[in-house]
Amino acid sequence: MIRINCPFCGTRDHSEFSYGGDGSIDYPALDATKEAWHDAVFMRDNICGVQLETWHHVHGCRMWLKIERDTLTHEIHSVRPAHPGLAAALSSEQEAGQ
Amino acid sequence: MTARRLDTGGRIDRTRQIDFRWDGKTLTGFAGDTLASALMANGESVLGRSFKYHRPRGIMSAGVEESGAIVTVGEGARREPNVKATMQELYEGLSASGQNAWPNVRFDLGAVNGLFSRFFAAGFYYKTFMGLPPFEWGHGTGLWMQYEKLIRKAAGMGTASREADPDTYDHAHGFCDLLVVGSGPAGLNAALTAAKAGRDVLLVEQDFELGGVYLNDPEAEQQRLDLVEAVRAAGVRIMTRTTAFGLYDDGTAGLLEKVTDHLSRPDPHLPRQRFWTVRAGATVLATGALERSIAFDNNDRPGVMTAASAQAYLNRFGVQPGERIVIATNNDSVYGTAAELAQAGAEVTVADYRREPSSETPTGVTVRTGMAPLSAIGKSGLQGIELAREAGTSWQKAERLDCDLLLVSGGWSPVVNLSSHRGAKPVWDAKEACFLPGETSEPIFHAGSSAGIWTREACEASGIAAAKKAMGQAADTLAPGGWTTPITPLYEVRLPNRQSKAFVDFQHDVTGDDVRLAQQEGFVSVEHLKRYTTLGMATDQGKMGNVIGLALMAEALGKDIPDVGTTRFRPPYTPVAISALSGRNVARHFKPLRRTPLHDWNLRYGATMTEAGLWHRPWYFARQGETIAEAYVREAATVRETVGICDVSSLGKIAVQGPDAAEFLNRVYTNGFAKLPVGKARYGIMLRDDGMVMDDGTTWRLGETEFLTTTTTAQAGKVMVWFDELLQTRWPDLKVHVSSVSDQWAGVSIAGPKSRETIAACLETGEDISNEALPFMGVARVRLKGGIDALIARISFSGERAYELYVPAASGEAMMDLLWPTAEALGGCLYGMEALGTLRIEKGHVTGVELDGRVTIDDAGLGKMASTKKPFIGSALRQRPELLREDRPQLVGIFPKDRSQRFNGGSILCRPGDPEGFGDGWITAVTHSPALGHWIGLGYIAGGVDAWQGTAVLANDPTRSGDVEVEIVSPHMVDPQGVRMHG
Repeated sequence: MIRINCPFCGTRDHSEFSYGGDGSIDYPALDATKEAWHDAVFMRDNICGVQLETWHHVHGCRMWLKIERDTLTHEIHSVRPAHPGLAAALSSEQEAGQ
Repeated sequence: MTARRLDTGGRIDRTRQIDFRWDGKTLTGFAGDTLASALMANGESVLGRSFKYHRPRGIMSAGVEESGAIVTVGEGARREPNVKATMQELYEGLSASGQNAWPNVRFDLGAVNGLFSRFFAAGFYYKTFMGLPPFEWGHGTGLWMQYEKLIRKAAGMGTASREADPDTYDHAHGFCDLLVVGSGPAGLNAALTAAKAGRDVLLVEQDFELGGVYLNDPEAEQQRLDLVEAVRAAGVRIMTRTTAFGLYDDGTAGLLEKVTDHLSRPDPHLPRQRFWTVRAGATVLATGALERSIAFDNNDRPGVMTAASAQAYLNRFGVQPGERIVIATNNDSVYGTAAELAQAGAEVTVADYRREPSSETPTGVTVRTGMAPLSAIGKSGLQGIELAREAGTSWQKAERLDCDLLLVSGGWSPVVNLSSHRGAKPVWDAKEACFLPGETSEPIFHAGSSAGIWTREACEASGIAAAKKAMGQAADTLAPGGWTTPITPLYEVRLPNRQSKAFVDFQHDVTGDDVRLAQQEGFVSVEHLKRYTTLGMATDQGKMGNVIGLALMAEALGKDIPDVGTTRFRPPYTPVAISALSGRNVARHFKPLRRTPLHDWNLRYGATMTEAGLWHRPWYFARQGETIAEAYVREAATVRETVGICDVSSLGKIAVQGPDAAEFLNRVYTNGFAKLPVGKARYGIMLRDDGMVMDDGTTWRLGETEFLTTTTTAQAGKVMVWFDELLQTRWPDLKVHVSSVSDQWAGVSIAGPKSRETIAACLETGEDISNEALPFMGVARVRLKGGIDALIARISFSGERAYELYVPAASGEAMMDLLWPTAEALGGCLYGMEALGTLRIEKGHVTGVELDGRVTIDDAGLGKMASTKKPFIGSALRQRPELLREDRPQLVGIFPKDRSQRFNGGSILCRPGDPEGFGDGWITAVTHSPALGHWIGLGYIAGGVDAWQGTAVLANDPTRSGDVEVEIVSPHMVDPQGVRMHG
């Protein structure tokens, strides 16, 4: 069982979370071409190593997270809120605390 | 084997006699016995029959590696097969029996299999029954299934009860700084070291007593007691009868605690077992080592067992396991045992394969050097052993020794299973002739003999060192080894031209010949070897013989053992009952049950409930003597004639609030929401990124910045997650807040020509809900009598004039107590899911069975709802060429050609005479339509209605009713213009 250190709730079992998908995708604008959308939705790398993923703390704070996870070892390298505003607020809070 | 209980000695309590039953006989043992030691003390030597050849088998060990004394314990619903007698504590009234034998283990008719043993070699069944005509792949499968049943019956491993398990099982969770697995010299010292340093330590031991090998050494008893006392005093949490069966990511361990398996009359409030998930900061594995066998002819006979187990039976259980004992060894570990057995009065001969074994020969023990076991003599009772001597590269027969017990030590295999679970690949150590634990970057530390350390003092020191490392402190790594004279590897002894049955895997009856056969047939990878011969795949996972199998494969290939490799161990280390995995999640607790706020009210008013996902919803409200078919047809007809009330509280409800709420919905839904006026509702469809339909529902604009979005019951959770994802990952700039309010509201649909009348009579202040004031798709806030604030929306799923009325959940019953008497007086009814289905099928309204994730908005006939003026989620990819094909299956209505006939949901639609393949379409839903007076259905068919005008179509249902001729019609089968719902 992977343990994920949720920035809002602390370290929890992965069974509290659900896997979202590839966290490195920049989804195109809604009016982008279908080719651009095709690439974003279907063309995924199958990474052996560290990959950026989205996870949802669905049985916790319900926040979406961006997680760097090693697909080979399940080791988690970083966890941050997916919402860039929240991520920034959290890191400045941490800096202030230090 | 002529074992007998000694008058003194051992850890058993001779003042507490225990009666138990074995194969129908009543026998006696003592407190502290295992089933195996008690059976041995009673002179029972044949305890089971083997898997394929039905050979007699007896006790082979004193522990978890047991491969022979595998028995069935318990009776009736509590019958449990494949219990290792060596691990089963004795208790008053225990009932056990031998398995895989008929009529009993001593006289087994199945033993005739042994005469045909050459037919049972590796792969025999598959080659014979699947490889030859008419059993070629794909054709003989049915016949193979028949044969397989017989074959499985002939083989088999004992049978589980077919009754429901009457016991309860718990799931439990734990945390600790350090998990120590095993309580021998290494484990106790590791636990003590870490606990003294202030760590929260959990110590688990699969045995019922702490101590590991200390338990087999009377002279170490005071040391053991002192250590255990110190460990307790240091605050270590101790769990006995608990097996760490698997290690998982991030320090998670799976434990199985056997709470009542040793009790004669357990407290009924206790679970039988607990399944623990423990998160440990670090783990010390002090799991010990298991003694290996050697492959020689008849090495499976009752009376042949590991050398260390004799020490356990003698010193722990007070049983002298034999009178004339031969110990075959290739290492130092047996000499202490030999001395103790001799001291206890046995005649002991050590046959040491090594030419120059240990310098000291214990008193009363004869040592023969350069000798190895060739063949055990005697079938059910051991009579002697033929020894062989090495002659060049081969063996030659040397001498025969009479004996009633043969102890074998072919070396020791450290228990590296748990770290192997974590991907630490075991490493072959040629000097110690064993696999040592592999490297891991995780905080997992092996100690004691599980790290190949053989002397007790070094094991104790290694426990202390492992605990220090686990705490991040510096500590020396102790080198493996410790024997005075090194081990000389010995895996198999056989004469070149003599037939033999030399077992490598006892429980699965895999012999050395099977391994060579696999090699000859090309199964040279160790993974293929395992699967082809089933080596190591029995419930004991080949704990006694896996290494021999690898060694023989290496020899056959002319390679070294490390070049052959080893298979990765997988959890569980020892079997875990399915019941323990399921815990309390059984029967009605198998999954959560969701009740609407009107649940009890519905039941009081005669609802029969049905499951809709996790929800229980009213299915129908039968009146006196009505069947379901009569009830739903009456309910649907009543809705169209007067009025019906249906609980719709389970619909998903999401409050979408904020300055950008309208913009958000506009992006999510295919149709426009930006300009939806306050006080209006709109039906919307949302797509996935890939252009397929995700869900549908109505959204009500309650204010400029406030919407209430409803979803289908089934997709409520998924849509909420989707909204969260979009707002947090894709559109963080949108100022929108979403919250699930599904459980906050009790909701009903009031449908039918008299729906307005019904509601108007229940309003407190006579608000105007006329067609002008509250037209189709209007939304308003109203107050019901008794001061119940409500939201009302004029929405129709049934095609009738209809309203959805929501009140706070706590006011749900009060709302029903107002509405129902009014509706009843008007000739109305309560209706359930079945009638709801009828009404929506008649109208061609889609639900989850139609929107199954494979359909586009056009397929569902709702293409007009896709805006061309704005982009939305899925708007790009719904334009993929494949999704625009004209012959895609499209939503249609279905009538039986002969209106008196019916057809079934799930039928395939095809042309007459063309029932092969996938057909041209399928039926999603059927009902008897009271409005039309015959059966109707919804479904999908290639090209839709227009493609099938005047063409004959069959609803093909080969497994149930056969073929029915049908007509393809518009899905809007009743009131296609919508006159009724707009009125």
